[in-house]
This record gives sequence, structure tokens and C-alpha cells, in this order.
Amino acid sequence: MSRRRIAAVVLRQFYLMRGSIARVLPLFIWVAVDMVLWGFITRYLNAISRAGLDFVPTLLGAVLLWDYFTRVMQGVTITFLEDVWSRNFLNLFATPISIGEYVTGLIVSSLLTSALGLVVMLVLATLFFGLSFLGYGAALIPFLLILVIFGLALGVVGSAVVLRLGPASEWFIWPIPALVAPFAGVFYPISTLPTWMQYVGRMLPPAPVFEGLRGIVAGRGVSMPALAWGAALAIAYLVAACLIFGAVYRHAARVGLIARYSAESPG
Amino acid sequence: MPPEQHVLDVNNLHKIYAADIVAVDRISFHVARNEIVGLLGPNGAGKTTTINMILGVLTPTSGSIRIDGIDIARDRRHALERTNFAAVYAVLPGNLTIEENLRVFGMLYGVARLQQRIDTVVERFDLAYLRNRRTGVLSSGEQTRVSLAKAFLNEPKLLLLDEPTASLDPAAADDVRRRIRAYADEANVGILWTSHNMYEVAEVCQRVLFLSHGSVLLEGDPRTLPSEHGHKTLEELFITVAREPLTLAAP
Repeated sequence: MSRRRIAAVVLRQFYLMRGSIARVLPLFIWVAVDMVLWGFITRYLNAISRAGLDFVPTLLGAVLLWDYFTRVMQGVTITFLEDVWSRNFLNLFATPISIGEYVTGLIVSSLLTSALGLVVMLVLATLFFGLSFLGYGAALIPFLLILVIFGLALGVVGSAVVLRLGPASEWFIWPIPALVAPFAGVFYPISTLPTWMQYVGRMLPPAPVFEGLRGIVAGRGVSMPALAWGAALAIAYLVAACLIFGAVYRHAARVGLIARYSAESPG
Repeated sequence: MPPEQHVLDVNNLHKIYAADIVAVDRISFHVARNEIVGLLGPNGAGKTTTINMILGVLTPTSGSIRIDGIDIARDRRHALERTNFAAVYAVLPGNLTIEENLRVFGMLYGVARLQQRIDTVVERFDLAYLRNRRTGVLSSGEQTRVSLAKAFLNEPKLLLLDEPTASLDPAAADDVRRRIRAYADEANVGILWTSHNMYEVAEVCQRVLFLSHGSVLLEGDPRTLPSEHGHKTLEELFITVAREPLTLAAP
């Protein structure tokens, strides 16, 4: 793998952002709005709760982690979609870049851009609503890692979907986090769900993260085997996502889609 | 000409799309160093399909492509490091400046001493005064020059030009042809050039290949080929290839 070619993909994204406020603002504006909205909701819930519960570390913490996961996924897909929107596939894939280098470039771009969103969320949640991120302890590291890896996996799969089905299919990938959230138990234990939804939830890496988060707040601690299962699942999904992207690319090169990627998929 | 002097060797190249559509039918040809070869034919003859396979963005059904002696199917990276292209339908991302585009593509092609190289091609294609302008706001002629600057950025051994002057007025087209020829002479590059402008082809190409229905129908010197087949001009010969290919002998 050539680090220079990977850097070229990242540099292109940096150039685009440097010259466009419309690209920079969405990196943090929506997550900031979410923090403010959920910050006030948790304040209200704290005020009306007779049990003296603190909703900040459970609800606001969950929103923060979920928004970060969403930013990671969208960081991959938006970097990929820039090539779709600028009809750049022919220029790009006629260079010596390999699919591994390209996907790595998408991932590095996503990690850098999503970090900006995370910092903004942390500042808002800590300064204005008293969320102590460090209160989660060392478990925060596996929490973030699992969400990052799974977010990258969904981003790579979403990009593969657009590559396979054509530019109009980008609307399939925007709602993916909203579709996953009910199964992943972001705001409630997955035991709340019907049995079939619990089965789906157990196959989603974020589920043990949010179970763990609630466990810490409730003083039960984190189930390390559950976190290990979540991490293993996330890694497996990322590997599978990269393989799927490679297979979709090879199909696209076989049917001529790379060279003429401005209309819909030829099938 | 010995194969070691070829920058491009295409052997039995074959491409079938779904529904058994034969786009390219077992064609073989070569391009030598310092040679400009015209790839001609009517729309749908298989020119762009052939170029896409040489660029590695379309997988052949069978056959082989060697660029500067390197089989693209076995060693895509090294083969494509020696290649570049410009096509009227493949403009560079319009949301980046010329300088930014050249830097990104220079890194993708692994160009050494990149800044120096960018300065050279920007100067050569008269883009210095535009280098911080976004390519999307440039005129057709300027965008063509930017595509050519990108195409020469990595000092390719093989250059593929797919209708490089198609969107230009005659004066701008003449200017672009002169720049390409001047640079090609210096850089010892082999060029595969497609065009529907037979005047242009006769002016720049040393040899032409006529494609029809995915096969090479004729091959030869564009200045003598018409008379060899009973035509006065290359344009007349082109029209015969397009309308009555069966009246012409296969090579």
C-alpha cells in the first residue's frame, strides 16, 4: 500500500473542505444541535424525576456516542460521494491507486473529519450540561473503538451500495443509522424489544456498548465478554464490508460501470 | 518493429458485455515509442471500450494488454504508473483548483519532485495565470488544457487521448494539437489518439487503425491509406468504413 496515494484521497477531501463552508459546517452543526436538544431534554427529565435519577450520563452520553458513530459512517460515504458528484471515477481509477488504498483513504478522511464533530459535542455536553465523559472510565476506549469500527464498516458498505446501484441510490445510505438505532438499544435495554428484534440487536456491535454505558451509570459495571463480542463483530463487519466493496468494484469494472458512472447502473 | 520498442501491445483483446454484445472482437495492435497512432471508427465501433480496457477501468473478457512490457492484468500499479489519458468526457473535478487537482493526481500517479513537475506542465499548457482557479469555471479550451496537463504530469510512456479536441473551436484545437505534438516529441511518448476529425488525424498520426464492429478493419498510413482503397480522402474512407465495411478488405 502506498501512503502517498492514501494521502492523496485525504488531501482531496481537505482541499474540498478548505474551500467550502457548506462542507465544514455539517461536520459539527447537526451534532451540536443534537447536543443542545438532548441536553435540555435530560435537564427536564432530571427536574421531573422523583427518584433523583441523573439522565445526563445515560441519555446525553448515548446521544453523543450515537452521533459520533453516525459521523464516522457519513465521513466515509461523503468522501466517496464527492467522487460520485464530481464524476471522478474514470480519472481516479485510471491511476495506479488500488481499491485497498482508496478505501483506506476514505477511512482516514472519516476518522479526521468525525474527530472534529466529537470535539464539538464533548465541549458542548461538558460545558453546558455537565456530562463527564471520563466518568465512564477505561471502558470509554472500547466503546469508542467498537462504534468507530462499525461506523466505518457501514460507511464502506453504503459506498458499495451506491457504486453498485448508481448515484440516485445515495438516499439509501442516509437513513442507515436511524434504521439500526432501534435494534442497537441506544436509549433502552434490548430486553425491552420483541424477541426477534433482540436477535437482530445481539448481532449489532453497538448493542453491548450502550448496555455497558447503562451498566456503568447504574453501578453494575461493564460485561467484558459482551464488549469483546461487540469488538469481534465490528471487526468482522469491517472486513466483510471491505470485501464487499472490492467485489462490487470488480463487478463494476466488468460491466463497464466505472467508465460510465454518470447514469444509473447497467445492472 | 521489435516488441521491446512498443509502449503498448494489445493481443487478442476481446470484450463481451451482458446479452452477448461483442464490443471488441479479438483485436491486436501495438503503439511504438515516439509514435502517434489513430484509433478510428464510427460511434459504437469499440474505440472507447478499447481505451477503457487499456486504462484498467474495464476488465477484458479475454486477451492481454502490455504497457511498456508490463501486463496490466498482473501488475496494474506499475502498468498504470506509465500511462495517462485525457478525454473530452473525463474533465477533472470542477470543485478543485488546477493546482489542487494536479497535486492530488500527481500523488496518485506517484510523481517525483511533484511541485517542479506541476510548474512544468502548468507552464507548458499556458495555465500559470489560472492555476488557483477552480477547473469547473474554466472554458472548454482551458479545461482541455488542464486535462492534458494532468495527462503529461507523470511523464507517461503511453498516452491515451480520446477525442481531445472534440469540444474546441478550430483555432483552439490547432493550439492543443501543437502543444501535444511538441511535448510528445520531447517526452519520447507513444500516443493512441481517437478522433472523428479526419483532418486532425491526417495531420498528427503516423499510422491509423480503423475499427468497425469491434474489429480492426484497416491499418496503415493516413496519408496513403485512402488511395490504397480507392478514396480521395481519409474522410471518404471513414464514411465507407461506417456505412459499407464489408466492401473493404480486412488486413
